[in-house]
Amino acid sequence: METLSNLADGFAVALTFQNIALALAGCFLGTIMGALPGLGPSNGVAILIPLAFTLGLGATPALILLTSVYYGAMYGGRISSILLNIPGDEPAMMTCLDGYPMAQQGRAGEALALSGVASFVGAFFATWGLVLLAPQLVKVALLFGPAEYFALFTLAFATLGGISATNQAKSAFAAALGLGLAMIGVDTQTGVPRFTFGEVHLYDGIDFLVAIVGLFALSEVFIFLEHRRSAAEEAAKPKIEIGRITPSWKMLRYCTPTMLRTTVLGFIAGVLPGAGASLGSFISYSMEKKLVDPEGKTFGKGDPRGVAAPEAGNNAAAGGALVPMLALGVPGSGTTAVLLAVLLSLNITPGPLLFTQNPDVVWGLIAALFIGNFMLLAMNIPMVGLFTRVLMVPPRILMPVVAMISFVGIYGISGSSFDLMVMVGFGIMGWVLRKMDVPLVPVILGTLLGNEMEVNMRRAVTIADGDYSVLIGSPLTIVLWSVAIIGFILPIFVGGVVKRKMRTARDKEASQTD
Amino acid sequence: MSDRIFGGIGLLLALIYAWQATIIQESFLSDAVGPKTFPLIIACILALASVYFLLKPDPEPTWPSYGRLAEIFFAALVMLAYAELLPVLGFLIATALASGYLTWRLGTPPLQSVVVGVGTSVGIYIVFKLILGLSLASGILGF
Repeated sequence: METLSNLADGFAVALTFQNIALALAGCFLGTIMGALPGLGPSNGVAILIPLAFTLGLGATPALILLTSVYYGAMYGGRISSILLNIPGDEPAMMTCLDGYPMAQQGRAGEALALSGVASFVGAFFATWGLVLLAPQLVKVALLFGPAEYFALFTLAFATLGGISATNQAKSAFAAALGLGLAMIGVDTQTGVPRFTFGEVHLYDGIDFLVAIVGLFALSEVFIFLEHRRSAAEEAAKPKIEIGRITPSWKMLRYCTPTMLRTTVLGFIAGVLPGAGASLGSFISYSMEKKLVDPEGKTFGKGDPRGVAAPEAGNNAAAGGALVPMLALGVPGSGTTAVLLAVLLSLNITPGPLLFTQNPDVVWGLIAALFIGNFMLLAMNIPMVGLFTRVLMVPPRILMPVVAMISFVGIYGISGSSFDLMVMVGFGIMGWVLRKMDVPLVPVILGTLLGNEMEVNMRRAVTIADGDYSVLIGSPLTIVLWSVAIIGFILPIFVGGVVKRKMRTARDKEASQTD
Repeated sequence: MSDRIFGGIGLLLALIYAWQATIIQESFLSDAVGPKTFPLIIACILALASVYFLLKPDPEPTWPSYGRLAEIFFAALVMLAYAELLPVLGFLIATALASGYLTWRLGTPPLQSVVVGVGTSVGIYIVFKLILGLSLASGILGF
């Protein structure tokens, strides 16, 4: 009951004219960013953080804007999957499998509308899951001391690569790189400068926003420069008939059990560390295929249930991923890591105390998610035609705009050329790391959590009078360390298998549709 | 081979990092752990991961041709110049030049690139400065 009254208070916070307008703008921008290939949810939110910051929005409005973008991008990712067979973001990859064949059969509109409804169902119930689960997790989290937090951070890094990681050394390298960057600047506990090389600009440390925008947005520009295609190739894109854009009731009823099943599955995948939305949609699709079409007769050839399953799954996972982020302050995926950056830049520390100290922020945010969900559904069904037109903007015009808006945002925060140069440096670094198959998310998470992690370790050891064994001193820490170690080692043995399965599923479908 | 080079660079980085960590000036008011320990742990992880790359490299990634590499290099150069010149030239001129260059290199015909560059610059100026009230660098034009 307490939860419901909290939620009602949240709606009171969220239902102001400004907040609704921001949610609307966020949903709209998010859908566009999700739809454009190369601008996934992480990029979209990353570019907008500095802008929300420089616009001087308060904590709650800024959060509402950016989470609306996050949810919107999860919706939008399906549009290019279905129309162009190019996933707008990684979680939308599985939507290609049945979405594109449907589009080829002239049922693109139906597929878009159905996936819109599936996204809504997934996100809506996942938000309820968040409402119910997060306060419970907070109760557990209140038992955490510094040693437990240190173990928890380690767990987050160890499992971030996810079950499908193929090279754990690269994940570890990325995490260490991010943590190392976070150390730059004046040490908060003793006041001595570290790794500053006497450069005054570095005394404050490297702003993680600069790192995020550089690594995500600018490296994307370099990737486009590398893969630039000739004008003739661009013109050769297939044209797709949209067809009717409202799904029939019959089809919706037909897909309802699928959506409900995959919502539960996706939510669980989102909450667990190291899984995230990509795995959520993958598990949802493969389980649904095993369950309703074991012989593989219709799946992969434009079965509507094959569109509904991954979409409900990945949106539910997106909601589920918010649970550990809000309740523990430890994000489980790339985009939630970026959302964590939002909170930190607004001077809000997520974690159990957030629910007691800033209940207006938490519940306002959750209420905004509900509102955003309805807006997205209302927006996506009739306006899908508009969003598909956005896909026609060629990247050669779009990418410079993205780069310039990134510069505007970062310059707006600090007004310093030095930060812009550091950002370009991060852009190049991001490009090289992506070429080397080094994941970027641990780098981001390292720069975000590095100081917090070190502070917790030092606090724990200092309280214990310099005894390092305190770090594994309680049953809870031992559990966390064990999970971290298993989570890190397991993918070494099974990661290759899972990844190969995801790839072959995709390749097989591709060969069928060609 | 790329992974091996990468591992070598990583190892070098870890060594420099560890060396820099050991020369951190300790304050007389230090806690039990001190400012050096955590960076040294990081350096160890960095080194271990790098050694792994040296011993078990991944298959070679597909590197772009020298032409494309130069393309990326010059784009980065233009962005650095943009960062340097932004306060001098002001937002409108600097952005028109930089985005014009980028769209040209991404395949827009030269004349059209000028239009796209100016359009991008003016468009962002209108949205962010005039509508949203953000402060952009004013520079020599004075607005």
